[in-house]
Amino acid sequence: MNRMPEPVNTNSSGNGSELFETNVTARNRKGVIWRVVFLSSTVVGVIALIVLLLTIINDTFGLAAIEYKVPLNEIAPQGKSIEETTCTEADVILQENVSKNRYRTLQNEKPILERSQTECVQLLIFEIAKPVVKATWSLSESITNEAEIQEFTAQKYPEADLVFRKWISKDFITSSQSDDPLRAGIKTAILGSLWIILIVILVAFPIGISAAIYLEEYASDNAVNRIIQTNINNLAGVPSIIYGMLGLAFFVRVLEPITSGAIFGFSDPTTANGRTIISAGLTLSLLILPVIIINAQEAIKAVPISLREASYGLGATKWQTIWFHVLPNAIPGILTGTILSISRAFGETAPLVVVGAATYITFDPENIFSKFTTMPIQVYQWTARPQDAFRNIAAAAIIVLLFLLLTINATAIYLRNRFSRRLV
Amino acid sequence: MADEVRIGTFSSTIEQIPGKELDLRKRLRVHERLIQGFLFLCGAISIFTTVGIVVYLGREAFKFFALPEVTLIQFFTGTVWQPKIEEFGILPLLSATLITTGIAMLVAIPTGLSVAIYLSEYASPRARGIIKPTLEILAGIPTVVLGYFALTWVTPLLRSLIGENVVQIYNTASAGLVMGILILPLISSMVEDALSAVPNSLREGAYGVGATKLEVATQVVVPAAISGITAAIIIGISRAVGEAMIVAIAAGAGPNLTINPFIGAETMTGHIVRISGGDISYESVEYESLFAIALFLFVITLALNLISQRVIKRFREVYE
Repeated sequence: MNRMPEPVNTNSSGNGSELFETNVTARNRKGVIWRVVFLSSTVVGVIALIVLLLTIINDTFGLAAIEYKVPLNEIAPQGKSIEETTCTEADVILQENVSKNRYRTLQNEKPILERSQTECVQLLIFEIAKPVVKATWSLSESITNEAEIQEFTAQKYPEADLVFRKWISKDFITSSQSDDPLRAGIKTAILGSLWIILIVILVAFPIGISAAIYLEEYASDNAVNRIIQTNINNLAGVPSIIYGMLGLAFFVRVLEPITSGAIFGFSDPTTANGRTIISAGLTLSLLILPVIIINAQEAIKAVPISLREASYGLGATKWQTIWFHVLPNAIPGILTGTILSISRAFGETAPLVVVGAATYITFDPENIFSKFTTMPIQVYQWTARPQDAFRNIAAAAIIVLLFLLLTINATAIYLRNRFSRRLV
Repeated sequence: MADEVRIGTFSSTIEQIPGKELDLRKRLRVHERLIQGFLFLCGAISIFTTVGIVVYLGREAFKFFALPEVTLIQFFTGTVWQPKIEEFGILPLLSATLITTGIAMLVAIPTGLSVAIYLSEYASPRARGIIKPTLEILAGIPTVVLGYFALTWVTPLLRSLIGENVVQIYNTASAGLVMGILILPLISSMVEDALSAVPNSLREGAYGVGATKLEVATQVVVPAAISGITAAIIIGISRAVGEAMIVAIAAGAGPNLTINPFIGAETMTGHIVRISGGDISYESVEYESLFAIALFLFVITLALNLISQRVIKRFREVYE
């Protein structure tokens, strides 16, 4: 404020107003320049988001050089392409070409003759042709440099086929994890995420709203309640990884008999430690609890005091007032805040890595005492791999993750609009 | 006995008056009490969480510092972090944290302030309606995705701009830049709230004495909201210090004491993620050392958060 432009003394001489004129032009010019600076900073944020999304889409599609141990056209019976092979033919080919043990395993997974035709073709490709990804290119490279890529592949991997691959597909969403990027899928991770979110909703939602009701409706202004309120505000600023350490020390280790399911008779040797879905879910519940409480408090605060007074005036008790009048009016705000914090829990990675997500599991979680992996963790593990192809499936996994997050947030907005009532 | 008698007589007197059977004394409603007790317990869970963090982090960290090969002085002044050879100096991890945080704040503070000033002082309601949700989406993107972005887009960009032999594949610069993008929406929304809270009379007063829009924004509104702005920046720093996935993916694996942002170095959070993500024995020194780092991290972020709350309380200018 002390740098406000000095008033120009126009009385002293004629060129005072001239000075003022030039001064105003300079000040206005400065104003325009800075306006552009402010605007372009804003655009930077928007551009960052666009570039981020484009990068991910760019990595999800593109050319891939794939080498086969046995060329595809040599597998199928005479005069047929591999796509047309029936399951009966595939059965014969498999018996001839894979080891007895492997054949038995495949039959155990699902009898070959009962599989669909596309499944049989897939089986032939992976069991006999054994494709290996040698190199991959992004969508933009594939479009602009196709000739160069073809030349490069022909020179470096003469055996390889160059195909345009969509890394995100129905198979990607429905298959389990695998060491082979061509076959790896995200089903286990999606299920893991959903299980954990279910626990978070069941635990954090009721506790968070109850705590908010207590703080807004019951808590008198005494030392204990002030400590609780300050404490909640501070917890909201604690880094998520610290919650991971707390989860590791408390849920995984101290409560191991409970979180491993041992005392409930779940003594599966592969899960016989506390690194389970329930530990992960409880850790994330603690993590988002402060956020839920603060949001719910805001929503409850927004309910006009006149509603409460009217209810008391008719002789309602405190709890009747809260249950029948305050909560129904606060619920849209509470839901919006809660769902947004649920979506935060959905994207959390670090605490779950610390709590002990499994690095490699191929079976789906069956109950809350199963080992787990989640979508963000899958993205992290695939990104950390050096091979190109894992980057591509990491990008595909990100698309699935962002899509689910978008769905959650859209639900929040829908609920807000659906239930919101204007209170005067 | 005396009580019973008295209550008995009281109620009998009421019954004697026809049409006045109302008992207006405060009744003890057991279930209301129970509900209140339950709600209080839910609120108290936050206290248990804090106690849990302090106790469990403190206990493991205490075990760590009680070891003969570890001393507090060595922990805070040692320049090598190599649990395998029992070297526990936190400086390499701390320096990487400071570099990434510094770069992030270099990006986030100026852009965040500019965005906030633009949104609060310049933007039309329509522009704000587009820009604000976009920034909120940016803030809601999981950090692991931003880590992927740092490694697959920002790092190659830096390498092609500055030189492949200068910039390593894993480096703190790209992690810091992307972290800046993460912090940007946080700072801009908090600052915008602070700016919007400045009453219009101040702006109108300044226009009245002939100030331009820029002068009003930077010399009247910003100084008036300075406590909120400072608090936002401190919260941003605290968030950057505690951020884990971006640095775990893009900043590099392996503690490295350096001030060069173009080579790999591991931050405190990145180290915790990498070590706990691998196979780690619960009885090892390495495991306990993670808790010492986490406790240190907790103290730093808690201090920053407390300072920001103090700043808001202490320096807030109250307008009628």
